[in-house]
Amino acid sequence: MPVVGLIQRIVGPLIVAKNMIGARMHELVRLGELGIIGEIIRLERDRAAIQAYEETTGLRPGDKVEGTGKPLSVTLGPGLMGKIYDGVQRPLPGIADKSGSFIERGMSIDPLEMDKKWFFQPLIKAGSKVVGGDILGLVQETPLVLHRILVPPFYEGVVRHIVKEGDYSIREPIAEIETPRGSIQKVYLAQTWPVRVPRPYKVMMPPTIPQSTGQRVIDAFFPICKGGTIMIPGGFGTGKTVMLHQLAKFIEADIVVFVGCGERGNEMADVLESFPKLRDPKSGEPLMARTILIANTSNMPIAAREASVYTGLTMAEYYRDMGYDVALMADSTSRWAEALREISGRLEEMPGEEGYPAYLAARLAEFYSRAGHVITLGSDDRRGSITVIGAVSPPGGDFSEPVTQNTLRIVKVFWALDSSLAHRRHFPAINWLTSYSMYFDQVTESYNKEVGSDWGRIVREAITLLGQEEEVKEVASLLGTEVLAESQRLIVEVARNLRENFLRQSAFHPVDGYCSKEKTFHMLRTILKFYRKARFAIGQEVPLNRIMSLPVIEEMARMKLIPSEEIAKVADEIDKKIDEEINLLVEEQARKKKG
Amino acid sequence: MSSLPHIKLASVREISGPLLFVETMPGASFGELVEVTTPTGEERWGQIIDVSEDITLIQVFEGTLDLDVKSTIIRHTGTPIKLRVSMDMLGRTFDGRGNPRDGGPSIIAEDELDVHGKPINPYCRAHPSEFIQTGISVIDGMNTLLRGQKLPIFSGSGLPHRLLAAQIVRQATVLGQAEAFTVILAAMGVTGDEAKFFRDEFERMGVMDRVVVFLNMAEDPALERILTPRLALTAAEYLAFEQDMHVLVVLVDMTYYCEALREVSAARAEVPGRRGFPGYMYTDLATIYERAGKIHGKKGSITQVPILTMPEDDITHPIPDLTAYITEGQLVFDRDLYRRGIYPPINPLPSLSRLMDKGIGGGKTREDHKQLSDQLYYAYAEGRIVREAAMISGEEALTERDRLYLKFVDRFEREFINQAPYENRDIEKTLDIGWNVLSVFPEAELSRIDPDIIKKYYRGSGSKA
Ligand SMILES: Nc1ncnc2c1ncn2[C@@H]1O[C@H](COP(=O)(O)OP(=O)(O)OP(=O)(O)O)[C@@H](O)[C@H]1O
Ligand SMILES: [Mg+2]
Repeated sequence: MPVVGLIQRIVGPLIVAKNMIGARMHELVRLGELGIIGEIIRLERDRAAIQAYEETTGLRPGDKVEGTGKPLSVTLGPGLMGKIYDGVQRPLPGIADKSGSFIERGMSIDPLEMDKKWFFQPLIKAGSKVVGGDILGLVQETPLVLHRILVPPFYEGVVRHIVKEGDYSIREPIAEIETPRGSIQKVYLAQTWPVRVPRPYKVMMPPTIPQSTGQRVIDAFFPICKGGTIMIPGGFGTGKTVMLHQLAKFIEADIVVFVGCGERGNEMADVLESFPKLRDPKSGEPLMARTILIANTSNMPIAAREASVYTGLTMAEYYRDMGYDVALMADSTSRWAEALREISGRLEEMPGEEGYPAYLAARLAEFYSRAGHVITLGSDDRRGSITVIGAVSPPGGDFSEPVTQNTLRIVKVFWALDSSLAHRRHFPAINWLTSYSMYFDQVTESYNKEVGSDWGRIVREAITLLGQEEEVKEVASLLGTEVLAESQRLIVEVARNLRENFLRQSAFHPVDGYCSKEKTFHMLRTILKFYRKARFAIGQEVPLNRIMSLPVIEEMARMKLIPSEEIAKVADEIDKKIDEEINLLVEEQARKKKG
Repeated sequence: MSSLPHIKLASVREISGPLLFVETMPGASFGELVEVTTPTGEERWGQIIDVSEDITLIQVFEGTLDLDVKSTIIRHTGTPIKLRVSMDMLGRTFDGRGNPRDGGPSIIAEDELDVHGKPINPYCRAHPSEFIQTGISVIDGMNTLLRGQKLPIFSGSGLPHRLLAAQIVRQATVLGQAEAFTVILAAMGVTGDEAKFFRDEFERMGVMDRVVVFLNMAEDPALERILTPRLALTAAEYLAFEQDMHVLVVLVDMTYYCEALREVSAARAEVPGRRGFPGYMYTDLATIYERAGKIHGKKGSITQVPILTMPEDDITHPIPDLTAYITEGQLVFDRDLYRRGIYPPINPLPSLSRLMDKGIGGGKTREDHKQLSDQLYYAYAEGRIVREAAMISGEEALTERDRLYLKFVDRFEREFINQAPYENRDIEKTLDIGWNVLSVFPEAELSRIDPDIIKKYYRGSGSKA
């Protein structure tokens, strides 16, 4: 029998209840007449502290608290793709159907369509032995996603019955498994899972498989791997959200889970309007067909914001377990940490740095530890991955604050966004001097084989050049530009070229928005070819301003607007022109010297 | 909803800052409005912000001056704080509690709405896309405002944000649409002069009949400022989403709002966040700023222009910082521009309109708008670096290219940014001025603009360098 207790105190999102003996930690409860949802976050004798997932206005001491006997869980099954949920998996369209354009309280709505029929194709016969993670059959969930119906974790036994190929809803059992102890477990197309418990897997492996993003500065300089952990910190307006949207569109992944955690309503509206129109570059299907959105915006209740990242992670794990590569974006983990802080403050816990609870670091570590590249449960040793990319919004853009610092210790990739770059509209505003990726060597090695054998060499050359630019600029600012040698001026010019034409990438341009790694490679190689050739010419005393006014300069600048498929050809032509045009200058100079 | 008797009397146990600790009455609910009668019979407003079985914590909007423990009377109302709304609000001025302040009668209410509102379902939001022409070049050209956007002005003490706010109110139109904005002004902590300035402006514009003012003056209770913007936005939601109007809400000055928030937090002895402001200020501000937007299936819209003064001109101060983390961009004033006599003193570099791209371009403003704006940004950023360098090491050290940028910065500030408070430039004019100042450069320097656009609009004499 679930517990029924009484509200003792209400302070904002925190409720204290008494007569709660028998209630369990993280149990979901219903509060007051409206049945507002809450979750038990602390138990002390007969008293429970509850975080409310909805506004608490109107609740009174003495109102009843009804336990549900269940922890906060999500329903996992066909129908997740293309949905938009709040932080506790209530579909926002369903809420709109019931309450109109503004969100009312106390609503319960099924997370998945209960009666929709899915075409199920069994892959296993009655009599087979199965364990958790084995594939029972398939459902084509969307044109992009083949949903593998798995034996839930910890189930084991012999399949006594499995339905024939046909249409089934998530209410109908599709298989019965007899356990070694002789009991029968029914399996449905959908299952539930508590969000705060990571779903099990067999083996966690280090991320080593490169994951391209279609963003030049990332794929070349700060690349990521499947199953990696990435943070993207930056002050307001530096481009975190735009970058996460770009990744959601173009990252090399089967499934995308986007968690809008305490951010703007219009940004979710933007995704909802633009994603259905955008097509997956490979299949031509709408991107929404592989995307789940979780939207708990800044003005929605903060406890549900706290829960939203776990809701997202659990869905990600479910698809990972099918053997897919999943990318999860959280915008912004700072708002999640602030929700933790607020609840902790209301609980009157001992505050740590900047008022955050002492367990902030542990919670962040837990969160990112659910990323990874794994061998899943099941007898076929499938591989799946979850890449987690978290935006961080440091107050005042100051990276020394606790959320940035604690995240920095955990993640392997750091894309530091820079306000001064954003102010001059250099986007993505990733600071190329302070960012890093610990996957750089692995990725470079793979791309050497996959894209071009000198990938690593030219990428390193470009990074060096950008560093040299910084040094030259320092000299110039101290001693004036007059003291610079032609070769130093060339460094400045080529670095500018790199910044303007390679690093800068417009998210909103139909061609430039996505750049294949082949295109990235060709662009970089051509710019560096120019550099070497120009350096040679300067050695032959050709004046720099003659070189910089060659027609080929402009052609190089427009390379980013060439579609990926045509780039190899165009780059070849430009390379030829670089040789021809500079050779002419060198010959001319040689004649001048003689004559 | 509840069977509560309307009036309940409770006894006060303790008074601390703006807070009352009273014995909990049966039925007291979180967020409820209470009426407080002072020993001298004055009526005040309070709200329950913490309630347990025995103690209720009430914040008193008019402050606790003159209250005592013995004879202060507390009445529970059983409802949250509500605003009486109707079309009669138009043309009227209310105080920070929503009572008429203009000597006129109370309005006849069509409805009574909870001032805290409810969150708009993100699924129901329609993304803003209509360009609002403010007639101000640095806004229209480079930080475009759209209908349904929230775009604050970050000012500094003594800078002309009122003048700019009035100019926006006066000039804002949506191209091709005759319907004018309905304006709601929520003024918090303003002086008599400022209140008069706005009233005079509205009268001069002849728009009083489509203006609603909520006025909390500097001498009015500080805590009331927590309520004022919420009243204004409740009125706005009614006019926009029930009455199909396009509403422009000006909130001034959000800095005073935040200070009131800090006062309550300090009185509750909460762990302070940065500079003493509460850790939940982001979320609290979001419940104000997110009440802007457009909704599918509704004709009206709410556009917000909050104004705040940055303490010590510091944009990293929590008030501007958290605001910009919520709003869809910001217009940032620059004291240096102001000193040099540039009006409006908006520095485009730290300024931003996140929604701009959705509202400009061919068919909306002009095909060259985006690229022109990008080029102006780039050139202005470069130019300011050059100007700084020139100040340190002298103009002689500058290269040919640098000199062009130096020339550009000056012209850009004097011709493009600078305009008169009564000058209303249409978007064509703004863009043309942009091309004029870019004509300082040879075509080849305009690397952020496509050649065909350059061919069509470039008006410089400089040939390819
Ligand atoms: N890759 C890009 N290409 C073009 N413009 C960009 C790009 N990235 C960012 N921008 C510009 O910068 C603006 C701000 O970006 P964004 O909203 O992503 O910032 P943010 O870091 O998420 O800010 P906040 O923390 O306040 O949410 C965008 O509205 C857009 O104008
Ligand atoms: Mg963002």
